[in-house]
Amino acid sequence: MKLLDLFRKQPASAPAARERLQILLAHERAGREGGADFLPQLQRELLQVVKKYVQIDDDKVQVQLDRQGDVATLEVNVELPETVPEQKRSA
Amino acid sequence: MSKIIVMTSGKGGVGKTTSAAAFAAGLAQRGHKTVVVDFDVGLRNLDLVMGCERRVVFDFINVIHGEAKLSQALVKDKRIDNLFILPTSQTRDKDALNTKGIGEALERLREQFDYIVCDSPAGIEHGAVMALYYADEAIVVTNPEVSSVRDSDRILGVLQSKSKRAEEGADPVKEHLLLTRYDLDRVERGEMLAIDDVLEILSIPLLGVIPEDQAVLRASNLGQPVVMDNESQPGQAYGDAVGRFLGEDIPHRFIKREKKGLFGRMFRRSA
Repeated sequence: MKLLDLFRKQPASAPAARERLQILLAHERAGREGGADFLPQLQRELLQVVKKYVQIDDDKVQVQLDRQGDVATLEVNVELPETVPEQKRSA
Repeated sequence: MSKIIVMTSGKGGVGKTTSAAAFAAGLAQRGHKTVVVDFDVGLRNLDLVMGCERRVVFDFINVIHGEAKLSQALVKDKRIDNLFILPTSQTRDKDALNTKGIGEALERLREQFDYIVCDSPAGIEHGAVMALYYADEAIVVTNPEVSSVRDSDRILGVLQSKSKRAEEGADPVKEHLLLTRYDLDRVERGEMLAIDDVLEILSIPLLGVIPEDQAVLRASNLGQPVVMDNESQPGQAYGDAVGRFLGEDIPHRFIKREKKGLFGRMFRRSA
């Protein structure tokens, strides 16, 4: 088995490194540039507000700021559990 | 007009001190009066890499605190004319640095030197910010490896927001990429990020590529800036990088495998 491994070529890992870095840095730069350092705080407060009405996990509120040219888009993504509508009716 | 250059990286262990020593020595070899300043307070190592560890009496922190004169703390290199070392303190910590004290010391260094090379500590906190605060130009030392590239990106963010030039809205700090520990064999096997990958991600101009080579360890063992080893690939690559920094048009070397015949391939020695 070990001997066979010698002849088996490992797939190149550098492309994976490049791709992971490109995605990660695009995200980190968006959070850093243009005074968007309020995003983590905004995310926490939104989570608190949503939690007053719906029980959700801490990672179910995502906020992201995208800039393209002169236009900035704030994307807020709240993922609700599937059982929510029933809970609402019974409340 | 003298220039302040910071050798920085975010990540530790990528070759900042080696590069600061080599770069300062290379500038001095070309006739420019140069001082290399150690900002890594508490983890002093530039003196060791420069081979002057036994000649340190006073240091940069003594100067900042008015306990010694600049002329007392500057150590003159015995091998290269025009080259001086300003070592840092081994006993204090980075809180001993403040912008006012550093600013005054750098102003006096500007009167005497053409180039002031600041060797930054690792990290993006106080010590690293102090090292880059007054910089006119920054050389970002990066290894072709994910964590080093990410940290370089962060330190570029710090340069663009926390340097004096950024704070005052002056011309931004000029950025250069120095790619070190580049292993051509591994790049060719697809195991290591290539030059173009790193350039595409960081998008700053390439100053030089320093190949992975045993000459670097040998130089630090001997306390000799590696640029003095003209025979070695890293020595030549650092020399080229200094030339480029000074505006010369020098093609990059050691970044492609030279074509070898069958005979050469059979007897190829690993570098």
